[in-house]
Amino acid sequence: MNANPLTRSDPRWLRALLIALTVLFLGLFLILPLATVFLEALRKGVGAYFASFRDPAARSAIRLTLLTAGIAVPCNLAFGLVASWAIAKFEFKGKSMLITLIDLPFAVSPVISGLIYVLMFGAQGWFGPWLAAHHVHIIFAVPGIVLATIFVTFPFVARELIPLMQEQDTDEEYAAISLGASGWQTFWRVTLPNVKWALLYGVVLCNARAMGEFGAVSVVSGHIRGLTNTMPLHVEILYNEYNFVAAFAVASLLALLALATLIAKTALESRIRTGAQAVEPLEMETIA
Amino acid sequence: MRILTLKRSSILPGFGLTLGLAVFYLSLIVLIPLSGLFLKTAAMSWSGFWHTVADPRALASYRLTFGAAFVGAAVNAVFGFVVAWTLVRYRFPGRRLLDAAVDLPFALPTAVSGIALTALYSQNGWIGRLFAPYGIKTAFSPLGVAIALTFIGLPFVVRTLQPAIEDLDAGMEEAAHTLGASRFQTFRQVIFPFLLPATLTGFAMAFARALGEYGSVIFISGNMPMRTEISSLLIVAKLEQYDYAGATAIAVVMLLASFLLLLAINLTQRWFSSRLGRSAA
Repeated sequence: MNANPLTRSDPRWLRALLIALTVLFLGLFLILPLATVFLEALRKGVGAYFASFRDPAARSAIRLTLLTAGIAVPCNLAFGLVASWAIAKFEFKGKSMLITLIDLPFAVSPVISGLIYVLMFGAQGWFGPWLAAHHVHIIFAVPGIVLATIFVTFPFVARELIPLMQEQDTDEEYAAISLGASGWQTFWRVTLPNVKWALLYGVVLCNARAMGEFGAVSVVSGHIRGLTNTMPLHVEILYNEYNFVAAFAVASLLALLALATLIAKTALESRIRTGAQAVEPLEMETIA
Repeated sequence: MRILTLKRSSILPGFGLTLGLAVFYLSLIVLIPLSGLFLKTAAMSWSGFWHTVADPRALASYRLTFGAAFVGAAVNAVFGFVVAWTLVRYRFPGRRLLDAAVDLPFALPTAVSGIALTALYSQNGWIGRLFAPYGIKTAFSPLGVAIALTFIGLPFVVRTLQPAIEDLDAGMEEAAHTLGASRFQTFRQVIFPFLLPATLTGFAMAFARALGEYGSVIFISGNMPMRTEISSLLIVAKLEQYDYAGATAIAVVMLLASFLLLLAINLTQRWFSSRLGRSAA
């Protein structure tokens, strides 16, 4: 498909111009900001860079980010498997509506994603007085951060698995069941190996968003240093205190995560494409 | 959930369990909290709601948010077209790297994008200092907001157009060429009409995403009420003053705007695909 017949090729000057424009535009808008993160982080030397991570507040932010993603990703992974089994292996009314509803969190902006939990569990929220009476803290505490993160990363795994599992027919599962395998064995030995790359793809994207989410988490966190700051929130605080080297140092860890995500994403896309027709990964993705 | 009833029995087990769990989790995490937003608004009086959403500070924030989102999406529609065309049609060193980099705005946490863009475009930044002598403020101004929203919307146009360009029928271009059309005529009359739906879809998706963007904007915007305060930030400002009702009212306006936009995207995609007699690209 890449062999361009002569009749489809553009003149040499036009190619050169468009390639130059592309390199310039992507260089200006993508590469330069990424490079800035590392250059600013290393501006005062490697010593100052690593000193930023000795700050207990930075360490607690890293721990909280790992904890949050450690809860949110498995929850949404389990949901993705359960939902895609029900949707892809069975016929029922309301299926397309269910699929639409699963995508809903992508249509909600980050700040609003946090706001809905404040309305439920905040001091003036529906359950606020009850929670206060029982000394349960959700908003301005870790549970709120985890909940908001689960919400914004909700569709990632499910939306990769559902279309892929719908394309694959259920013959293999029927065969396994008729041969006496239990439902669980069938899922574990037949279904899961068929979707493993798409599953991993969903997990990688889900994890990147879980660790990097800012708006939703910012609304529910309360910004208590050392307690309710995730890495992106810690970056904001350091930046607003004009502690630029430390802010960009923490940001550089998140940028490395983004680079690792892109590499994993590119590698997985080619694997998935060889298996089944490529799942449209972008439609409506993260309109938030 | 009466509508979710089993139509066909299958020998595969676990239907009730998995569907039940999925619907339960979906309701708990998404549906109930989201409906709370509308319940909260319903509890407001109409005049109270109107007073909040039509107040001058809110109106200024809509103007900025919609205006800057439109500019960002328009810039992306033009340059995203060039980028997608180049990445699909031409072979040059570094192409695969640039192709992978297009997803960077998705992968990079918005707060990181925000501080990086601010460092670049503020008066002392590499790019900001080029414009400062001419009195152009590329940060802490509406222009800064548009720059951040261009960054955030970039992947939408490129990734929507790439498969459409790959799908272009070689025969059509060859036929046009054989019939004596110049390359430019072929592009204007054969290729472009075919790519227009994907371009518009990418534009609308970038626009919808930009409307709700928060993290990458708040650093570069400067956040001055009436001048550089986006609607998302106004919601946060109201929350910080414990004005839950006010925050909710603005949130409902913005949420409805993005729902309408997504609906429009779906309808136009359906319209174009029926007009072209093929599945939407």
